[in-house]
Amino acid sequence: MTPQEKRQLEIMACKVRMGILTGTYSAKCGHPGGSLSAADIFTYLYFRELNVDPAAPKDPARDRFVLSKGHTAPGLYAALANRGFFPVEDLTTLRKDGSYLQGHPNMDSVPGVDMSTGSLGQGVSCACGMALGLKHQGIPARVYTLLGDGEIQEGQVWEACMFAAHYKLDNLVIMVDNNGLQIDGWIQDVMSPYPIGEKLAAFGLAVQEIDGHDFDQIEAALNTARATKGKPSAIVLKTVKGKGVSYMEDVADWHGKAPNEAEYRQGMEELEAALRELEAQ
Amino acid sequence: MADIIRKATREGYGRGLKELGAEFDNVVVLDADLAGSTKTGVFKKAFPDRHFNCGIAEANMMCVAAGLATTGLVAFASSFAMFAAERAFEQVRNSIGYPRLNVKICASHGGMSVGEDGASHQCCEDIALMRSIPGMTILSPADEVEARKAVRAAYLQPGPVYMRLGRLAVPVFHSEDYEFVIGKGEILQDGAQVAIIATGLMVYEAMKAGEALREQGVDAMVINMPTIKPLDEELVLHAAKKSGKIVTCEEHSTIGGLGEAVCSTLSERYPTRVRRIGVPDQFGHSAPAWEVLADFGLCAENIVKVCKEFIAE
Repeated sequence: MTPQEKRQLEIMACKVRMGILTGTYSAKCGHPGGSLSAADIFTYLYFRELNVDPAAPKDPARDRFVLSKGHTAPGLYAALANRGFFPVEDLTTLRKDGSYLQGHPNMDSVPGVDMSTGSLGQGVSCACGMALGLKHQGIPARVYTLLGDGEIQEGQVWEACMFAAHYKLDNLVIMVDNNGLQIDGWIQDVMSPYPIGEKLAAFGLAVQEIDGHDFDQIEAALNTARATKGKPSAIVLKTVKGKGVSYMEDVADWHGKAPNEAEYRQGMEELEAALRELEAQ
Repeated sequence: MADIIRKATREGYGRGLKELGAEFDNVVVLDADLAGSTKTGVFKKAFPDRHFNCGIAEANMMCVAAGLATTGLVAFASSFAMFAAERAFEQVRNSIGYPRLNVKICASHGGMSVGEDGASHQCCEDIALMRSIPGMTILSPADEVEARKAVRAAYLQPGPVYMRLGRLAVPVFHSEDYEFVIGKGEILQDGAQVAIIATGLMVYEAMKAGEALREQGVDAMVINMPTIKPLDEELVLHAAKKSGKIVTCEEHSTIGGLGEAVCSTLSERYPTRVRRIGVPDQFGHSAPAWEVLADFGLCAENIVKVCKEFIAE
């Protein structure tokens, strides 16, 4: 990745974060914290990694992304909108009566959403089924799924990891957004899933642990995953919940709360300033 | 009826799957360590590369089936009813039902007739649970032939289908030329004094009861209702209008099963008195299958008794 390409990704990540704030502010509810921690991975996936085409969102040969941590739909929707799957202006309809932008991802109503999710622990299993189905039919597409670090407290996640390794799903990448916070507080205080990387490795996955806000590290990890044969890959992304909006960073309360008008303005000013700085470079 | 062949509906499932696999390349089968019991082993033997054992992990299996469906494959996800419908209920609801994915959930060992295994495995709530999921089609075949034909019908109908199958060998009364249509019931004996509407292995018991009643001068209609949802409401209304008295029979809880479905239809469209034969609000117990069924009145003798008392009122 050239410095120019990296800057373009950083600019896009800023726009995705603005979409997250706009969506949750308009809805007066939703989940900004975990959407912001995952904004960089959403951006990298939809602007550099995934072989997808907004003009053919159901192409059988496309790569798939399953947002297993479905409550962070505002982040996914902001990435999809900026990628051209639907108008960015529609983000203001999030969670409203009559909108196709449901509170959690709905594959029937939202262009570009590959699986309906929201109930934690299920998306990763669905991604396993997709990876198996593609492999079985000789389709060379890849499947990516993103889980929360609180989500991996669900036992089903480990059933899925066992399955992925057993069927050698090397077309599957299981990513964990390790922002360290869940609704009730720090994950190690609520119910520690640590050590995450060692657990995933013990289940037979090829594990990498990276800074989830560093596009160079994300690129390297996904390239390594693509080159890994015979076993599924896992990437643990160390992130900051609420990343990019100063008052939301590392605060559990922003898991499922929308900004009020003053908070929204402040957040947007911060992101606009960051955007201006990037564009001036 | 003495020399009638007895087979379990799960055997029809295995045979039907094998036939379907030969006809359609996109049929795949998932199991949760029960391929021998669910009879999917028959499919596995014929098409080993299209059978995927998921181990004892039904929650994952249902969502894997959903994922497979998004790639154009049609997964038949198999386990015992207790684990397919009950343990994995929320996975079925959210990952299969909500996105309306083309998954066929085929659950053997439904009802009281698992017998000796006892209450932990006697699944009498699966139909109630599956009825509550929007858009779920529910099939409950009565014999081996009907089960085999239902497998093909389930494949040909897009969207989620739940099929309940039994462990117990029961008489095969349908002939090979029987045509199974989802959403259609079948009048097996016509009559005007009472109508018996049965599903699953209770259908043959209802047929025996219908014959016994006829011998005793009682004119009973006997209906096989192999689709619980969508219910053949027109047939229910026809039976109600003709007989004025309905008796439902199922090896399922009287809460949420065929009986309640019939009552819902009738109370809204043609109020008619109904007696429900089924499992009351209690758990089962270990005993040989026919004994535990009889303990709950799930037998021809009790159907005869209930019908006669009902008519006498």
